[in-house]
Amino acid sequence: MSLENGISLMKPLRPVGIVGYGAYVPRYRLPASEVARVWSGRDAELPIVEKAVAGLDEDTATMSIEAARNALARAGVDPKRIRAVWVGSESHPYAVKPTSTIVAEALDIVPLTQAADWEFACKAGTEAMQAAIAFVGSGMADYALSIGMDTAQGRPGDALEYTAAAGGAAMLLGPAEQSLALIEASLSYVTDTPDFWRRAHAHYPSHGQRFTGEPAYFHHVISAAEMMLEGMGRTAADYRYAVLHQPNSKFPQRAAKQLGFRKEQIETGLLAPIIGNTYAGSSLIGLTAVLDEAQPGDRVLVVSFGSGAGSDAFSLEITGAITTAQRQALTTKEYIERRSEIDYATYARYRGKMLMK
Amino acid sequence: MSVARTWRTRRQRYSLVGERCEYCHNAIFPPRDVCPHCAEPAQKEYTMSGRGTVYSYTTVFDPPAGFEAYAPYPVALVKLDEGPMVTAQLTDLDPDDVRIGMPVEMVTRKLSEQGDEGVITYSYKFRERLERQAVAA
Repeated sequence: MSLENGISLMKPLRPVGIVGYGAYVPRYRLPASEVARVWSGRDAELPIVEKAVAGLDEDTATMSIEAARNALARAGVDPKRIRAVWVGSESHPYAVKPTSTIVAEALDIVPLTQAADWEFACKAGTEAMQAAIAFVGSGMADYALSIGMDTAQGRPGDALEYTAAAGGAAMLLGPAEQSLALIEASLSYVTDTPDFWRRAHAHYPSHGQRFTGEPAYFHHVISAAEMMLEGMGRTAADYRYAVLHQPNSKFPQRAAKQLGFRKEQIETGLLAPIIGNTYAGSSLIGLTAVLDEAQPGDRVLVVSFGSGAGSDAFSLEITGAITTAQRQALTTKEYIERRSEIDYATYARYRGKMLMK
Repeated sequence: MSVARTWRTRRQRYSLVGERCEYCHNAIFPPRDVCPHCAEPAQKEYTMSGRGTVYSYTTVFDPPAGFEAYAPYPVALVKLDEGPMVTAQLTDLDPDDVRIGMPVEMVTRKLSEQGDEGVITYSYKFRERLERQAVAA
């Protein structure tokens, strides 16, 4: 698919980049084999190795706070200069009351700031990042914080229970000249595609089974990526890294291959096999793993996917500021290596799956 | 915890905002009207680093109302690097893993919930300090 009718890639008036980034992965891991043991027998084909599970006292607000603290530690920016705190998630602790005000208060960003929660299934975080580019790029703010974070729920026994995980990342956007990664251009590609949804009062999401593949994930991810490459006048070979949304191990690898990316371009940011699908956090935490290892001059293509459905694509170029920033907070790998395996019963308790009254 | 009290104490709970006495220079937590060290009046705000060590600890098996969902959980006296002693839950570890002198760091976590429909109280807890590889490098 290509750009039509003279529509171009999105670029702000003032160049914008990532000035700080931070990841968070909770400590607990549920092996996919445990889900299979309880629900489908030991011979089931497993979509991932294991997924990250939040502790009893963790939710999207607490995890966003830690990721944001890491982003600020890397940026070294006065919190009072951040004029937007936007948290994208499908597991906000409250139906009404912003997660973002809790995060803004904990980081001492209040009171002169925007604060809002975003919802677009798994791309709520990159949606917030698109808005942050505009907020900084227009000159309305010098810094804007965009977060993608989830404690994703899967219906017991459903295919998504293997992968629905907890974790995510925070991206602090600011002027390009201070950035560790320049955002060269971005693009959003959206259609009305009902592949996955959760109604207002439902506890667990529903999905369209096989429909979630071709017309949803692959169509949007590949269209957005191809248009980005076309708009930049590049091919996959011009990028050192690519990070695609990761609902499981297979989908991003197949999409990357179709786009012409080699294994070594995607393996650094491919975390789904060992932490699962962190929903709104998925593509952004993949990006943090890449930023932890990237070198100045490297180019990175990021493409998210959110059910409903759409993709945001970003073309990044790493700057010289990356080297110092990498050392200022815990790396994504360090969080992933902090690993405590739990069984299905403990998982059921931690995720509130047992009827208590 | 009442909505008003949750709101009033949010800054100290979310990020260990205390005070430093302008007269005797001691760090004070939680913030209060009079310095407990030299009895001089109200002080300047000061945010603790969040780093400290376990001074002593116990495990709560019979929790007070509002904390039932988390039991059993460890509670410790944490000696902050700045000086004050704080009573707080430890998190991200099993009660058997706690030891006196363990280096810990503050994290902001859910402390309690007033049922399914009430307000959620977030607060400081401490976990075993995660060391960055970069520090050693």
